[in-house]
Amino acid sequence: MEVMLWSALVLGGLGIVAAFVLYIVARFFRVDEDERVAVIEELLPGANCGACGRSGCHDFAQACVNATSLEGLCCPGAGAEVMARIADIVGLTAVSSDPQVAVIKCAGSCDKRAVVAGYSGVRRCSVVALTGAGPESCSYGCLGCGDCVDVCPFGAMEMDSATGLPVVIEQKCVGCGKCVEACPRGIVEVRSRGRKNLRVWVACSNRSKGAVARKDCKVACIGCGLCVKACPFDAVTISDSLAHVDPAKCRLCRKCVAVCPSGAIQTANFPVPIKSLN
Amino acid sequence: MEQRLLTVSLPPHIHAPGTTAGAMWRVVVALIPALACSMWVFGLGAAVVTVISVLACMGTEYFITRFMLKRRPTLGDGSAALTGLLLAMNLPSNLPPWTIVIGAVVAIGIGKMAFGGLGCNIFNPALVGRVFLLLSFPVQMTSWPLPGAGMEYLDAATGATVLGAIKMGELSASDINVADLLVGNTGGSLGEVGALALIVGGLFLVLSKVITWHIPVSVIASAALFSLSVGGDIAVELLSGGLLLGAIFMATDYVTSPMTRSGMLIYGAGIGVITIIIRHWGAYPEGVSFAILLMNGCTPLINRLCRPKRFGAERRRR
Amino acid sequence: MLTFRKGGIHPPQNKFTESRPIEVLEAPGSVTLLLGQHIGAPSVPVVKAGDAVSRGQMVAKAGGFVSVALHSPVSGVVKGVRQVRTADGMMADAIIIERTSDDAATYTELLRDDEQVEAMSAEEIRGIAREAGLVGLGGACFPTHVKLTPPEGTAFDTLVVNGAECEPYLTCDDALMRSCASGVIDGVRLAMKGCGARRAVIGVEDNKPEAIAQLERECATMTDVVVERLMTKYPQGGEKQLIEALTGRRVPSGQLPASVGVAVVNVATAFSLHEAVRFGKPLIERVVTVSGLDVPGGNYRVPIGVAIDYLIEAAGGVPASTEKIILGGPMMGRAAENIDAPLTKGMSGVVFMEQGHRPEVTPCVRCARCVDACPMGLEPYLISTLARVGDFERAAERGISDCIECGSCAYVCPSARPLTDYIRYGKVIIRRNKKK
Repeated sequence: MEVMLWSALVLGGLGIVAAFVLYIVARFFRVDEDERVAVIEELLPGANCGACGRSGCHDFAQACVNATSLEGLCCPGAGAEVMARIADIVGLTAVSSDPQVAVIKCAGSCDKRAVVAGYSGVRRCSVVALTGAGPESCSYGCLGCGDCVDVCPFGAMEMDSATGLPVVIEQKCVGCGKCVEACPRGIVEVRSRGRKNLRVWVACSNRSKGAVARKDCKVACIGCGLCVKACPFDAVTISDSLAHVDPAKCRLCRKCVAVCPSGAIQTANFPVPIKSLN
Repeated sequence: MEQRLLTVSLPPHIHAPGTTAGAMWRVVVALIPALACSMWVFGLGAAVVTVISVLACMGTEYFITRFMLKRRPTLGDGSAALTGLLLAMNLPSNLPPWTIVIGAVVAIGIGKMAFGGLGCNIFNPALVGRVFLLLSFPVQMTSWPLPGAGMEYLDAATGATVLGAIKMGELSASDINVADLLVGNTGGSLGEVGALALIVGGLFLVLSKVITWHIPVSVIASAALFSLSVGGDIAVELLSGGLLLGAIFMATDYVTSPMTRSGMLIYGAGIGVITIIIRHWGAYPEGVSFAILLMNGCTPLINRLCRPKRFGAERRRR
Repeated sequence: MLTFRKGGIHPPQNKFTESRPIEVLEAPGSVTLLLGQHIGAPSVPVVKAGDAVSRGQMVAKAGGFVSVALHSPVSGVVKGVRQVRTADGMMADAIIIERTSDDAATYTELLRDDEQVEAMSAEEIRGIAREAGLVGLGGACFPTHVKLTPPEGTAFDTLVVNGAECEPYLTCDDALMRSCASGVIDGVRLAMKGCGARRAVIGVEDNKPEAIAQLERECATMTDVVVERLMTKYPQGGEKQLIEALTGRRVPSGQLPASVGVAVVNVATAFSLHEAVRFGKPLIERVVTVSGLDVPGGNYRVPIGVAIDYLIEAAGGVPASTEKIILGGPMMGRAAENIDAPLTKGMSGVVFMEQGHRPEVTPCVRCARCVDACPMGLEPYLISTLARVGDFERAAERGISDCIECGSCAYVCPSARPLTDYIRYGKVIIRRNKKK
């Protein structure tokens, strides 16, 4: 009987003391935070991807609350609608932003590139890249181990097992640029989604001269310059034998796509295929 | 030269002979003298218990990897067989098959696979199995057959171990013949008898560089010193019971022991001291299993405290 | 016997070519000189297509302080400056020279005698090293003149000369020490002068008794140059390990050997310095070991810039069993995927391996062999795991940047885990993050 009594007393007493300590701590050591931070954070994707330039979603929310203007504060993952609601919450006007998306600047699927060496070791692009060119002939192209897929906080990338190349799932991609950082070959580019989500880009990163590039890969950009001549808007430039389509200047006419001899220029979301244009 | 496809990989391009599985199988080989000794002492029972334990452990691992985890079974690495063998060494030779199977399932299922399989477990799987059985079936686990059981298995005559008898006051240390302990002429679990055979196995492991001397020596030395300081009989403490088996085969398990030499010494000392504490002041006559499990739990802490000294780091601290 | 204290491994030596003399290999019809074959800024070409060049003529000048000049190993005509594929498959700029004539400088006449050398200053010697295109020939290819220049506020008191050649298979330094001991010793003295060190210690592993005997005979009368016998243990030739073994000093983590007053050069580099200063011969050739299980192999003096394939053919071709060709030693050398590529200054060996693929990887059982093997006192199992899961901050805390990538941990791992792969990866990411 005595044992039971003591047990109950000790445990009960401990409970009361602990509760009191908790109360004191909660009452006197509370840190006040603007409740709008929590509201905004709730709206954000919560991926802490850092695409906004802040260290995470919480940091971004705090920055929004403390800001005097939303200029330069944009969460690419949330989209314009959410940014507008955030603007409402903090009583500022939303700044329109250019939505971004990742594109893969390599189309060298397994059948387009020769295998020149075997590889044994860790199957990660950034590790394979340390050996040099890796198993495939092109020393600029995709290594196909999916570092970009692994790093994507939005699940917006997947490996196409047929081509051995990563595919961007447009609906999920917010253009945070994690994949750009992860790719040891620098073949991912984050660029403007374009008008009506239409895009034209050079799906090649090979900076070798034409003859070498062609040997490397059947769909390599050989730097021939036909696209530059064909473009009526000066949107295509060539440096190091590699063409680049400037999304700001491109008017989506697709003349460059039509003239490209190796088919290195790719398009996205055009309803009419290019052949029916001519 | 184009037709030849060269392989590329990062250096180093050569690799030392020897695999993890090889090390496991070498431990199995090192247990053969002890196993032979226990078969000589306990007869058929020892063989039956060993076979059932090994098969049950391998079966459990196969079942879990194949059907629950849907992975490639990993029986080839020898660790399941070794766990089974070590579990058998920790059981009395008259244990009924169903008990052994329960022990094996706990050892592999909870002791190893629940943590993620080989290399991920915190506690020595065989000891998890043994302690589970010891706590669940104390009567069966502590009624050891007497030496010379011959062809009898479940119905072998039983008696207490040397340590048990001393604990109960039935025997005093001075009555015990050390030679009997050395060649295994005593009662006990399979691996508790035959100190010489265990030492031979241990020497093989150290000489073939599967283990280093640090843990066994530290366990034995600390147990000897501590038992001397509390007035125990060193020969009996060291040669009877599971101390040698524990020090040489159980405590040296790669996965659950510390990574550095200094850590190994601390870990071994802890096992030795805790064993003697349990033997002298605890309710159990034997404490090696508990001591090893307790120190297994301390291993991450020991690893944290005993890091290797980094080259050239000492100067920076000044 | 002297050695470093922590870790280390004993891989099979396999020095099949250790008794072979140095064979001189004639230059082929054309050579390809990579502009960026050393650490630092690439060399800048000073010739253009169509220019006639003679053997030893400078064809590219140093592109900065940490850079060296390049010289033509043949007399002929520059065919062009263009991109070529290197041994690891990447594209890099190179000068291609076609050999047209046989009359070439032989560098047999003494250019500077003892008196003239005596009168030279340290800067002059370093200047010669830079103009002669000298880089560390052990494999790192760090410009020699930079190595011999004491960093601001420090001074060298000891020159450590690396004759350890701890990599299995390789015997090129051994062959050089055996056949050209006097040149090596003279080079050591010149390097001492060039860096201001008062004494030099040459460390040679005890598996090269002939080399030790030759060197000892050459410096028997010298009080400031000693030859030390080292235990055969990998990675004895690691800079920090060698300094510890020979001087007992430990280079603090993250610092250069200069912080303990030591400069380190390779014996082959010392020999090249001797040739450059005494005969005015720039670095246009080096000794390379060709070895492997199924080949006779040998040690060859080869012009820089010849196709690796050409050297291999001269040594008897690629054996049929070869799955992998290593440029350098098997512990730290790089695997080649393109043997049409040119030989560079840092290539010490061409080693044929029968086994291309690594053993199967099994789970880590924490056996701690990697910890025992690590010469830097690191925990390879831990830092490689931290790098693998992307926790670079903790990997850095655990000293990942101290790793010398010697490969000892991966060599001993019974589970054949790719420890150094992940550690290299982690180091790359940490360096990249620092730059940002």
